Amino acid sequence: MTALVSLFRRLEGPQTVGRGPVFWGLFAIVLAVGIAYPLFSDGYTVGNTVYFFVWVFIALSLCLIWGYGGSLSFGQTAFFGIAGYGYGVLTLNFGSAYGFTLIAFVAAIVIAALFAVLLGYFMFFGRIAGVFLGIVTLAVTLMLERFMAQTAGPEWHIGSARLNGFNGMSAMPPLTIPWPGEPIVLFADVGLYYFVLGLLVFVYLALRILMNSSFGNVIVAIRENPERAEMLGYDIRKYQLITFVIGAALAGISGVLYTAWGQYITPSSMGMTAAALPLIWVAVGGRSDLTSTVVGTLVVLAAFQALTIYGSQYALVFMGVLLVLTVLIAPNGLVLGAMNWLGKLAARLTQRAG
Amino acid sequence: MSLLELRKLNKHFGGLHVTNSVDLTLQPGEIHCLIGPNGAGKSTLFRLILGEHHPGSGEILFAGENITSLKSFARIHRGLSVKFQVPGVFKGLSVRQNLEIALQSRHRGAELEAEIDRLLAFLGLGSEQAQTAGNLSHGQKQWLEIGMAISLKPRLLLLDEPTAGMSPEETHLTGEMVQRLNAEGMTVLAIEHDMTFVRQVAQRVTVLHLGQVFAQGSIDEIVADERVAAIYLGQAHA
Repeated sequence: MTALVSLFRRLEGPQTVGRGPVFWGLFAIVLAVGIAYPLFSDGYTVGNTVYFFVWVFIALSLCLIWGYGGSLSFGQTAFFGIAGYGYGVLTLNFGSAYGFTLIAFVAAIVIAALFAVLLGYFMFFGRIAGVFLGIVTLAVTLMLERFMAQTAGPEWHIGSARLNGFNGMSAMPPLTIPWPGEPIVLFADVGLYYFVLGLLVFVYLALRILMNSSFGNVIVAIRENPERAEMLGYDIRKYQLITFVIGAALAGISGVLYTAWGQYITPSSMGMTAAALPLIWVAVGGRSDLTSTVVGTLVVLAAFQALTIYGSQYALVFMGVLLVLTVLIAPNGLVLGAMNWLGKLAARLTQRAG
Repeated sequence: MSLLELRKLNKHFGGLHVTNSVDLTLQPGEIHCLIGPNGAGKSTLFRLILGEHHPGSGEILFAGENITSLKSFARIHRGLSVKFQVPGVFKGLSVRQNLEIALQSRHRGAELEAEIDRLLAFLGLGSEQAQTAGNLSHGQKQWLEIGMAISLKPRLLLLDEPTAGMSPEETHLTGEMVQRLNAEGMTVLAIEHDMTFVRQVAQRVTVLHLGQVFAQGSIDEIVADERVAAIYLGQAHA
């Protein structure tokens, strides 16, 4: 019981913006709106909202590795792709009966995480840091994209799952929950919406607890001054590797959900544009804070989609302009900057009132 | 048994022989000062002891154990601790968080908070605890980092220019703090240019020159040594 209490106390702390009854009141309202929203909307719009939610996990992965850990990974899409393809290969081979899609969901994320263990081990214990970490991770995701793009021939298959080259894999079953009577199939509307919303809230709160724990302290310490962190007795490469693997698993969640949502996955999900976009969402929102990342990602994604209606190339140019403006005006992120400003304003008002 | 023993330690940076067959022995409980002109290899020697650099040849023994090939963090676990020349604080974090990160592996919960408060009081940084460490004055950063270094309760504390940027009063206070820690049993090896500080705390002094041990003795012996005056003190007084 006391362990549980101390766990929940870590929901607030120096590593996460937002505390006290006002913040959690707002959180509850947003959550209530989120839960009630499908009742007032149509299946297509709800499915589209799920699409936004799906990307938040990969944004959180970058927030963790880059914002908190200080290591810029340009290749989170590699883990996205591995998990996405992993889910496709597993479910196309074994089907969706007996809750197998849920097993495939977990297994695909584990595969992505194991790949991160391997890659991360060589990077961190090989002392690759700074811009070189970005270059290596980008190279890995582009390499995977190129590799998958040339798998069009019939010889490229795993079991009964054809990899299909540039066209990608499709027709894998959506997530299916076994249920007495009839299994619940989570198509890309209300069913999947609640599944992803639940997962998102769980991951967000779990990451808040993690970042405000002693583990989170060390991660932030490594970002601030790796030499000092090591000279306090922390095996920093171990901590960096663990963070990288957690991040890969988060990117993997995005990959699996994306595949299950649209029932397809293509190599371009690991390409240059796909790799660059999460960086923009996270930088614009505020990479060093979980809440800013979630809010920023959702806002930018929605704006991006609205712009795409008028022309997708303009939308990408707009993304670039947005990134430049963020770096110039609020290098720590627009949402985080706004939240800090509001916090200071509130403090000043209470001071004046008191 | 000696606490730290350097045996014929060598380090080259390209053609530059920065550490040239250095032998140095530290007895438990002593305050030892390392002096020498700029470029003498003092900081390099610290980095060798800490495992940030690896010697070309020679051995490092700590409390009888050969630690020459141990990783840095493992050496810290054996009982080494350091304050760097350029204050290595976590600039973006609050003063309190800096100390929390240093103390959290030894203490938890309410005990951790109490320990942080105690250390804040000891360092005289109580009123600055919510301040971002990067905003502290240079002297305060030095104190904060010393606080982080001593919070590990090390057997050997390495101080690289602990009083750089401090006023004479602050320097004197730092000296008193070092003596107090020493009285509690901490062995100290300090690199220092401030001869007032060296005179205040040092029980033994080693002069490093061009990567070699040039002279060793009490501060009075060192000051009386004309060869030392020629290479170092002479320059300082000129």
